[in-house]
Parts: sequence; structure tokens; C-alpha cells
Amino acid sequence: MVTTNCFHCGNEINKKDEVVFDEKKFCCTGCKTVYEIFSQNDLTCYYDFQASPGATPQDINGKYEFLDDEKIIDKLLEFQEDTTHIVSLYIPHIHCSSCIWILENLQKLKEGIGTSQVNFPEKKVRITFNSEQTSLKEIVYLLSSIGYEPYISLENFDEGKKKVDRSLIYKIGIAFFCFGNIMLLSFPEYFEVEEFWINQYRGFFRWLIFALALPSFIYSASGYYVSAWKSIKSGLLNIDIPIALGIVVMFLRSTVDIIFDFGQGFFDSMTGLIFFMLLGKLFQQKTYDFLSFERDYKSYFPIAITKLLPNGEEIAVQVYDIEKGDRLLIRNQELIPVDGILISEKASIDYSFVTGEAVPIEKKSGDKLYAGGKQQGKVIEMEVLFSVSQSYLTQLWSNDVFQKKVNQHHKTITDKISRYFTPALLALAFLSFFYWIFIDTATAFNVFTAILIVACPCALALTAPFTLGNVLRIMGNRKFYLKNALVVEQLAQVDTLVFDKTGTITTNKKTAIVYEGETLTSNELQLLKNTLRGSNHPLSRRLYDFLPEFERMNVDEFEEVIGKGIFAKFDTNDVKLGSSSFVKNLNESTHKKTKVHVEINGIYKGSYVFNNQYRKGLEQLFESLAKEYDLVVLSGDNDGERAILTKMLPSKTTLVFNQKPEQKLAYIEQLQQKGKNVMMIGDGLNDAGALAQSNVGLSISENVNVFSPACDGIMDASQFDKIGFFMKYSKNAMKTIYMSFGLSILYNIVGLSYAVTGNLSPLVAAIIMPLSTITIVSFVTIMSNYYARNKK
Amino acid sequence: MSVIYILIVISIVVAIVFLVAFIKAVKGGQYDDDYTPSVRMLFDDELVKNKSNKLIQTEKQKSI
Repeated sequence: MVTTNCFHCGNEINKKDEVVFDEKKFCCTGCKTVYEIFSQNDLTCYYDFQASPGATPQDINGKYEFLDDEKIIDKLLEFQEDTTHIVSLYIPHIHCSSCIWILENLQKLKEGIGTSQVNFPEKKVRITFNSEQTSLKEIVYLLSSIGYEPYISLENFDEGKKKVDRSLIYKIGIAFFCFGNIMLLSFPEYFEVEEFWINQYRGFFRWLIFALALPSFIYSASGYYVSAWKSIKSGLLNIDIPIALGIVVMFLRSTVDIIFDFGQGFFDSMTGLIFFMLLGKLFQQKTYDFLSFERDYKSYFPIAITKLLPNGEEIAVQVYDIEKGDRLLIRNQELIPVDGILISEKASIDYSFVTGEAVPIEKKSGDKLYAGGKQQGKVIEMEVLFSVSQSYLTQLWSNDVFQKKVNQHHKTITDKISRYFTPALLALAFLSFFYWIFIDTATAFNVFTAILIVACPCALALTAPFTLGNVLRIMGNRKFYLKNALVVEQLAQVDTLVFDKTGTITTNKKTAIVYEGETLTSNELQLLKNTLRGSNHPLSRRLYDFLPEFERMNVDEFEEVIGKGIFAKFDTNDVKLGSSSFVKNLNESTHKKTKVHVEINGIYKGSYVFNNQYRKGLEQLFESLAKEYDLVVLSGDNDGERAILTKMLPSKTTLVFNQKPEQKLAYIEQLQQKGKNVMMIGDGLNDAGALAQSNVGLSISENVNVFSPACDGIMDASQFDKIGFFMKYSKNAMKTIYMSFGLSILYNIVGLSYAVTGNLSPLVAAIIMPLSTITIVSFVTIMSNYYARNKK
Repeated sequence: MSVIYILIVISIVVAIVFLVAFIKAVKGGQYDDDYTPSVRMLFDDELVKNKSNKLIQTEKQKSI
């Protein structure tokens, strides 16, 4: 098959559907329409920034009816006055500069839109519009029609105004201001100490420096005092104690020095120290704005749903207002928000959101429907059994056990070191003090303060933030997103890996197809191929691609029964394809295996079995991991795949089947009680509890924007085979930190040798401190980049 | 040499002006999104070119 790609969305064009317009080829009319809209409005520049940047617009018929409801609109709007309305919409498709361009030119497509501004890292567009000329609903429809469908979920409804915490930036700004000015003003005194003009203005310079140091000392460093105080109160010795102590001692000693005219003091080193340490904090604070690690069901649930009134009228109702006994209409691709009973005859529910299993499950009238499923196919009607907050899934989510514990009692490496560092430092300071007090009281005080000043563990405190921050960035570039820098440390300590099966070690995308039954002749295969040509069902498309090429035949009659199968009539033959109930009139559990049954001319031939395909590189990954880690596969499915898995995976892998979400959680807990450090790798909601319980919860996602339960890290599915590399990399990162600790202790020894002998001049301090900071920072950055390049 | 008092005071005042400008910019949210503006600034040219090349959309443009 000659493959050409769609000019708009870049997908491969199926010859049958090809649409040519304006000398350009499109994969479907949807894509062509978007191109038409753009070219009519002079917006074809869209295609210049990036080749085929678009997405096929989805059918949204009726999906946004709720945007007529004033109350819901009120909640969604960010700002509203007279006719000026502002709304921020999250659009998952935003991915390139073309997207920014087209979305910022929305006013060309619709009257009434004032301005629109894209925030690329957050994948959001902020639109100002005139409510007399257009409405929120029209805007959403416009966006959907050009392939940028916004994602509006229940979360938007509850969301208050988010407060952005920018205090760290303010602190850094002020710290830098103080640091820079003090450095300049201290310069003269570094060199010519007894020169006439300097002596003349010394007092002025020193008091000016003192004044400039105050904002940095009081405001910028305030976080360290608070943290040190908290740590003393809780009886733990963290790294902030020596830092806070060092800063305070430095300030007091320098003030005394100035007042009694002993010298210029250490204000330059003090402000420099504060600035560099705050910078380390900023560096560590890498966040992925477009990802969320704290998601709950609200981000996936619709904001409103269609309710059927007794008189047959359809109205949009807010999800929280759904009551027991209500009748709801669920359209194609709509999520079922509450538990209920199916009223319509048939439904085919995709529970991939809950279980990770992609193949829809068929339901009959009277069957129970659980919240979280997506309807595929026709509109269905259901009766509500429980309200949102009482439904099975939401209850599971709000269960305390399933909430990620914020504090896992993890001691950071810096805190561990500082437990030894702080007492040792204090001991040294007091020893030197008592030694000197018999010789000279003034020197004794000088030495005591000098030790606390120079040993202030600037380098020590900077090591971890800079290393981990850099590691976080490198991993992020490789599509492995961690919640924060702490996770890298936890990752390095993991000794047991627990994998979920469906969706994690298997992929939903590619499925190996095996035929079972009577062998088909090539003539029969041709019939099948031609039957499948007209169907858009995902299984049909997969099977169509799987079958060899044949000549086209004319179909006399074609009928697709949604959720069941296809019937096609050719000259002399007729073909029936589909589920067992459709072909054989037999009922078979759809849980076990996904099959498409074939019947030609009324004779049952056999079935095509779609096997779960394991991810690429799975065997090698497990083999290499097995050397260092205990491996477990924890599956919610039956043990149908046990034989294959035992053969594929290393012999010491533990396989556990038939695990309910709570059991998965309990299993992890049990491992932890045995003293294991567990990392859970999962994907679906059914793993949410286990992900929360484990020391590191990692969620694998085919599309990182769309779905992931609360976790510590999100990994793009394409990176799955590199888990081994990331684990090793995190260990190397810790090694880097240890090496750099060694370096900073060397610096401390040099600095302390000056301090203990009573020779620490402000100039020496002003050189040693920034120098140690710069070497440490460059050392860890180079090392972590080196380790990242080492392999793959 | 007493002019040094004035000079230093002026230099500090200038530095403070910049500090205040920085804090205002942060407060105004200018640093919240540090990626999009870098892309956006490259766009304006294309828009102008488009308008001058084709003038079909005059009605719509007037209304904007």
C-alpha cells in the first residue's frame, strides 16, 4: 500500500477515504473541512510552522448542550462584567507553534472574540469575548470544529481561583539585589585597607552595606529560620539548622564588627550564600504544568449530563444534581458518571478508564452499569441507582487508603548527612572556643563565630537540589516525568518492582491476531476483506490491516449493527462477522478473549482471536531488572496468560492473578512490611490504591495528557523498555551526590583550618564561599549529564 | 570627593527602581509562562503578510 499522509493531521491516508481538495490530500472530510475553514479565512499559515499539525475534529453532537446553562457558565468563566467575559480552556491537543498561532488568531474566525492568549506549558487558552456577539458554547463548538476540542471536566466546576505562590521569586530578586550591591560596595575594602580615602568613607560604606543586608537577612532568608525552628521542635536535625545558625551568626558578628570598628564584616558572604541557596531551591522546583500528579475522578467526569424528564424532554443537568431514580441519556463516547441500570436494550461499555482493558464489554437491558465506563455506539438510556458521591468508583477514590500519603517518612540524603554534620560542627566550634579562651578571649569569640560562618553548609545544601533538579529535567526530556526531586532519591532505594499486567506490560495499541477454526480459502478471505472495508469499528480496522490485499468487490448489501457485527451480501455469498451472539446466537463471556467470529453463507468458519500484545522490549527489560530487583506481576485478570508469561519472564518473577484493587493495595502493604522498598508500575484506576501505597508509584500512559491516577511519576508508554536505564540513572545520581559531598567536605576542611587558627578574614570567606558553590554546582551538573549520556 | 555620597545614593536608587520593576513584572504574571511569548514574537510578520496579500476578509477585519 502506498502510504501518503494527510495534509492536515499527518495520519496515514486510507485510499478509500482519500479526499483531495486544493491539490492537497486529506484522510477524511473532517480534516478537509478544517483546511477549508482556515483557507477561507486566510489562516493557511497554520501549516507553515509545522507540517500537518492538526487533529481530526471529533463528532461532538450534543456533548456541550450544558453550556446553555447559566449556572454552569458562571462557574467556568474566569471573569465576567457586562458583556466582557473571559474563559480559560484546557486544550490537550496544543503541542506546537502552529497551535499557538491558530488559537491566538481565533478572532479572525468568529466575531465577538476579542483576544485569545495561549499558555503553552499549561496547554491552556484564555479567551476574551463579547457575550452579546457570541457565547461560550459557540466558542467551544468553533474550537471543536477546528480540531481543538477543549477538555471540560468536573474539576473545572469546583475549581476556585488558584493562587500562584511567587514568593520564592521575590526572595531571589531581593537577595540578588542585596548581594550585587553589597559586593560592589565591599570591593574597595578588599584591597587597600589603610588608604586615606577609604578610611575617610569607611563608616558610610559599612553602614550602607549593613542597611542593604537587612532585607536579605530578614525577608529572603526567612524560610530557613522557620524550617530550622520546626526541625528543632520536632527533634530532628535537618540541614536548615546549620544554615540558619550560620546566617544568624554571620549577621550578628558582622554587626558587632561594624559597631566596634573591628572590620568590614561578612555581609557580602552572607547575602551571597542566601542568594545561591535560594537559587538551588528554584532549580529543584521543576514542575510540569501540563501534567497533574494529584488527579482524582473529578478530572475525568463530565460537568453535566443529559437528563430525561418524564415528559420526554431532554435537559442538561449538573452531575452533582443527579438523584436516584433519574433517567439519563448517555451518548456515544460519553462517560457514565453514576452507577445505574441500563434501560436501553444494548450497550457496549468501554471500561478502559477503570481497568485499562480496551475492549468494550457488552451489557443488556437490566444490567448494572458502573460509573467510569464510556458508551460506544448508540445513545443509551439508564436509570440512576446512586448519586455521584455514592457510586462505587467515587467511593473507591475517596477512600482514605487510596489517597496518596503526603509524607512517606522518607529521610532525604541531605538530612541524613546533616544529622552527623550539625553535631560535629557544634562540637568543633565549642572545642576551639574553649581552647582559645585560655589564650585570648577576643580571639576565642572570633574563632567560634568564624567556624560557624565558614562551615555553613552552603555547598552541602546545594548539592542535592542541583543534582536532583538536573536529573529531573533530563528525565523529563526523555518523557519520564517525576512529581518532584524527592522521587529520584526514592527511586534509587527501590528494591522490588511490581507491574500491573493489562495496559502496563501489555499495550492496547497493537494486537497480534490469530485465526482459529476452519482454514479459509483465498476467495473467502477476499470476501472478508471487502466486508471489512466499509466498517469503522476498531477491531474491523485492525483485522482489515491484518488481512492480505485483494481485489475490490462490489457489495450489494451492507449492514453494520453497532456493538454487534457486520453483515454483507455479495453476488452469491453473504458474510457475517462479529461477536459470538451476533454470529452464532450464543452467549460467551467477552471477558476472556477478544474474538471476531466469521460466518460465510450461513456456515460458521471460525474466529479471529486478538491477543494482548506485550510491550516491545519487555523480555530484555525483565531480564536485566531481575539481576538487581525482585519482580512481581500483579494482574486483575484471570490467569489465562500465565503460561505465556512464565515462559517469557525470568523464572524468579512472581505472578499473581485475580487481584481486585484493594487486594493489590494489600499486596504492596504486605511487601512493605517485609521491609521492601516497593515501586508500583501501573496504569488504570484499578491500580490507584497500589500506586498510592507503594514507595514510588509510577503510572504508564499512552498519552500523558489524558489519563493517569494520582502517582509520583508519569511515564510515556514509549519509554517503557527504558525503565532499567532510569532506575540505574537514579542510582548514579545518588552516587554523584555522595561524590560532591566529599568535595564540599574538602572545602570545609580548608575553610575550617583558617577559622580554627583565627585567620579567617572577610576576603578569604568571600572567596571560598562562592568558589565552593560554583565548583559544586558545575561538578554535579557535569556528572549528571555524563551519566545520562552513558547509555542510550 | 564628597560627591561620592550623591553618586552612591543615586546608584542605589537606580538599582531599587529596577528591583521594583522586576517585582512588579513577577506580580503581573509575566514570568508565569516563559515559553509561549518566545514563540509568539515570531508570528506578527506572517499576519501582516497575509493581510496585504489577500484582501478577501475585509468585512471581518473591519468588525474586529
